[in-house]
Amino acid sequence: MSEQGGKIQYHFIKMRFLLLALCLLVVSAEKTAWSASLIKVDGSSTVYPITEAVVEEFQMQHPKVRVTVGISGTGGGFKKFCHGEIDISEASRPIKPSEVALCRDNKIEYIEIPVAYDGLAVMVHPKNNWTGSMTVKELKKLWEPAAQQKITRWSQIRSGWPDKEIHLFGPGVDSGTYDYFTEAVVGKEHSSRGDFTASEDDNVLVQGIATDPLALGFFGLAYYESNQDRLKLVAIDDENPKNGKGPILARSETIMNGTYQPLARPIFIYVSAKSAHRPEIKAFVQFYLTAGRPLVQEVGYIPLKDKVYDLALNRFLKQTVGSVFLGQGSQVGVSLETLLATEAKK
Amino acid sequence: MTIISQQVKRNKTYEGILQGVLFLCGSLSVLTTLGIVVVLIFETIAFFREVSLLEFLTDSQWTPLFDDKHFGILSLLSGTFLTSMIAILVAMPVGLLSAIYLSEYASTKVRSWVKPTLEVLAGIPTVVYGYFALLFVTPLLQTFIPSLSGFNAFGPGIVMGIMIIPMVSSLSEDAMYAVPQRLREAACALGSSKLQVSLRVVVPAAFSGIAASFLLAISRAIGETMIVVIASGQQPRLTLNPLVPIETMTAYIVQVSMGDTPTGTIEYKTIFAVGMVLFLSTLILNLLSQWIRERFQEKYE
Repeated sequence: MSEQGGKIQYHFIKMRFLLLALCLLVVSAEKTAWSASLIKVDGSSTVYPITEAVVEEFQMQHPKVRVTVGISGTGGGFKKFCHGEIDISEASRPIKPSEVALCRDNKIEYIEIPVAYDGLAVMVHPKNNWTGSMTVKELKKLWEPAAQQKITRWSQIRSGWPDKEIHLFGPGVDSGTYDYFTEAVVGKEHSSRGDFTASEDDNVLVQGIATDPLALGFFGLAYYESNQDRLKLVAIDDENPKNGKGPILARSETIMNGTYQPLARPIFIYVSAKSAHRPEIKAFVQFYLTAGRPLVQEVGYIPLKDKVYDLALNRFLKQTVGSVFLGQGSQVGVSLETLLATEAKK
Repeated sequence: MTIISQQVKRNKTYEGILQGVLFLCGSLSVLTTLGIVVVLIFETIAFFREVSLLEFLTDSQWTPLFDDKHFGILSLLSGTFLTSMIAILVAMPVGLLSAIYLSEYASTKVRSWVKPTLEVLAGIPTVVYGYFALLFVTPLLQTFIPSLSGFNAFGPGIVMGIMIIPMVSSLSEDAMYAVPQRLREAACALGSSKLQVSLRVVVPAAFSGIAASFLLAISRAIGETMIVVIASGQQPRLTLNPLVPIETMTAYIVQVSMGDTPTGTIEYKTIFAVGMVLFLSTLILNLLSQWIRERFQEKYE
């Protein structure tokens, strides 16, 4: 029953944070006198755990500064951000062209800051002795919309694999993880087959894959790491020798050195240029990029290289506005270090 | 005299107020039901403006949340049918036999202990049953059936059956207990054994009550949500194979309600269409159970 206990605790913690955020909101509404030292953050639920951890530490040192953290999702966060309602937007992908336009219309400028990497793990049951690795092509064949009701057996993915049914598990359609996976594998965001067990609760996916020898599923690497003995990781081959030859396993190192592609993504915070002048925001972002580094690992994500953090911090201090992704939205397989370094040289 | 008439008058006012309050309490549940039905009807009509009834009833896939949208309720109906059938296959024999034992064989003392104990089963929260199915029954079954998935219809079906045993046994036992003693005595006088009396006299005489208890138990199983949400999986699948992950109608409603489905979209309307099918199936079963009880009731006067 430890599973249940863990889950209840998880929900409890989540609820506590929500309550905390709510209380802070109420407090902020009442005490307008404090608005000068209030930082409003909103956006992706993927980035939320990191920000939450950073905020907790930050407030110990700066008890007078209030920080509210919402979870409206990456898209919802940008909507508020580009209307000037919040100071910092959290995003599990770079800003999209439509959002760039919205911000421009409202004369909101932003500083893009990468804060961590998140890897997506593809997993099978430990008793599955045939799936050591998969190519991105095979993943696409399995997950694209055309596979619905057609690709239903292991042998259809690769000849030689058993002629047995395949049971698929994945995050629900409201999660950013689903969006990124479909973008990276199928090639079109928010587009996949529909006949798989879809749950917003990653614990359900862990349980499903861990108890079904015919299962295959994907979710954030953080959840794999806390269930390593019950799941088997599948190495991914993008068939592009430039970023590592052959199949590559999701590990902190392979995600950091950019060889685990395309299922690793950087996640960001976007700071409004107008707010960036305020001393408490400056202090918060600097804290995020320095003291926040060890916290990233603690909450289950992969920290950027120190050099990249330094480049990002530099970018913030210089108040460089705009996106290094040139406002193209989700991009797969780019190196942050190269992008930031090129920009710094200009 | 005036004092008494005043007293009477006051009493009458109190009576009137009390009657009003009682009426309000009674009508509350009726009005709630009416409200639910009205909402269901309106949203279901809105749903069928976009999806044809033919597609709804004949398509073999149910994927309203995804790119390639299909709206075949059969995939969800088969999940509900499968879990309910397994549940009733467990609950029917066990419930009926324990009812026979309690009514015909057990001494008054045993009966006064066993019956309330059985009814405790009905008081266990269904979320507990759900995790019992997921973390105990399914792994246990996997030692006998290695091909059983972690999420399946079999384990939760059995657990659901255990959950509805008290419903079957208690209602059937009430029906058997009400069979007049004279019938048993007459059968015994003709030389019947106790088993013959139970199976050939009491059970047929109490048939209407027993059948009604079965139907009510099935309708309970169809509406059961928590157990199947936790332990059956969330993959709509048109199959009668109890070993693979499936999704029931109730589990689908939970799944959609947990995400952020914007009001007015087709995904949102599917909740009500599925709810309507669920409502109709339990309504039909309840009416059928009532009809059987009245139609086949034996009267001994």
